[in-house]
Amino acid sequence: MSFLVLVPTKRVPDTDGVIRVTPDGLDVDTSHLSFVINPFDAIAVEEALRLRERREDVEVVVVGIGDEAYEDELRTALAMGADRAIRVDAAEPLDPWNVACILSELARRLEPRLVLMGKQAVDDDSAQTGQFLAAQLGWPQATFASRIDDTENGAEVARETDHGIETLSVTWPAVITADLRLNEPRYASLPGILAARGKPIQEMSLQELGIEIQPRVELVGLQQVASQRTVRQVETVTELLECLRENTELF
Amino acid sequence: MHVLVLAEHDGDRLRAGTTAALGFARQLANGEGDQVTCLVLGDSVATVADDAATFGPVLFGSHADLAEPLADRWAEVTAKVVRSESIDILLGASSTFSRDILGRAGGLLGGAMASDVTGFLRDGDRLVWQRPMYAGAVTASVVLHGSPLIVTVRPTAAEPPERSSSPAAITPIEFDVAQLPGSTVHLGLDGRPSHRPDVTEARVVVSGGRGLKTTEDFERLVGGLADRFDGATGSSRALVDAGLTPNDLQVGQTGKVVAPELYIAVGISGAVQHLAGMKNSRVIVAVNSDPHAPIFEVADYGIVGDLYDIVPEMIQHLDAD
Repeated sequence: MSFLVLVPTKRVPDTDGVIRVTPDGLDVDTSHLSFVINPFDAIAVEEALRLRERREDVEVVVVGIGDEAYEDELRTALAMGADRAIRVDAAEPLDPWNVACILSELARRLEPRLVLMGKQAVDDDSAQTGQFLAAQLGWPQATFASRIDDTENGAEVARETDHGIETLSVTWPAVITADLRLNEPRYASLPGILAARGKPIQEMSLQELGIEIQPRVELVGLQQVASQRTVRQVETVTELLECLRENTELF
Repeated sequence: MHVLVLAEHDGDRLRAGTTAALGFARQLANGEGDQVTCLVLGDSVATVADDAATFGPVLFGSHADLAEPLADRWAEVTAKVVRSESIDILLGASSTFSRDILGRAGGLLGGAMASDVTGFLRDGDRLVWQRPMYAGAVTASVVLHGSPLIVTVRPTAAEPPERSSSPAAITPIEFDVAQLPGSTVHLGLDGRPSHRPDVTEARVVVSGGRGLKTTEDFERLVGGLADRFDGATGSSRALVDAGLTPNDLQVGQTGKVVAPELYIAVGISGAVQHLAGMKNSRVIVAVNSDPHAPIFEVADYGIVGDLYDIVPEMIQHLDAD
């Protein structure tokens, strides 16, 4: 049996894009935005590929949940080197709980030894899905990984915490979420892009998976945040410190 | 309404984010019969329970197998308490600790969760939670469906409650150690000993960015300026990626979120991801050689010039006072 690594991804607006709220205040205007694989998920794809380069039996399966537009991003992951992809067809964006329910079902069917995913998606910044999934499956979790050293039965994982780098060991099967410094994702090569054309993207419906969406998070409004400040440019350090003396209680 | 706050502590006292979460919990549970309870877990942490009891009632789980905050065990115990005490809202501070443990507890408790909440409104019987999205470019209002609700709270969302001179009750909880998950093992924490306060807890934060060339320069200039205020040092992502500063100094969307009395950004251009972590500071100063750097758009005071000239001059002036 191969060592299957499941890499769930999310399709998000490119972080260089300007985020504007639609006039009705209920959505983000995506008409001018380009989309990418969530940067933390791209790091997870890269780490799965590196694991495959270290071990012989690894199969990397990338998952996306969304409509047909998602196939471009899945194709990018295949061009990076993933073996195959699954797109779970869903019209609307789903909240972390429902995403975790879908991934749990996929994990039950595919029996991965490792689920490797980004620590958060840079659109909603929730940072919940990996932990929900680990809890639903009853698997160990190592969140915010900055280094993964795999062993026969599991891995030693360095985690970025608020108080320094923590090292954990987990046994397979496990859920690991990727932090920024785990690696730098490769670009797809031309041969990779050509090879990706021949790789399968399997489509699955929520019905096939036996999933009924039960919303947990209802978005009722979005508000644009703008800086209220006007900068006062000062010429000298003396002037700067005078301003701070007048306007803070620190002196 | 009964709100449970999971305590994050240093083995001795509650961390500042947890005391702020207790303040937030009081705002939520302000009706007749409402309760706020603090859950303290760990090993040999009676002093933490005593500290928490000055704010209100404490549930206390102490065991060698809870010595390290491993998500699988702590989430299991927390979820069990939530069920047995019929908790309506499980709260924690926004931190890597809560994201890890409360996230997992949320997975055990049905997933009605909101992260990094900055405030709430009452809309009839509904609670509407405010939270940042897209690196803080927008604020979302969300309603959660399910019970219990699981919420992590930005430390800036509330002030800590007043401490009482007569501590509240500390009640031990019961759990079966043999039933705790055991497939995660803590191997170590590479903590960075520092004489400076944590970046999330300081009144003054001085942060350095790409304008700094070496670790020594960072320590001498950013560290030196921070020390004149008994402040903390922070870092942009670029310096952490380059290995010049440790990860726990990173301020931003994926690092720590701070809102001190004074934030001084030294040689930081001001990427959206960095601004997400500091733009709610009370007074913001930017030192940068590029007059068009985006950091000036969120600053109160700006000074354009070479940080290698300006920062030593600031230190000199402060020493002369």
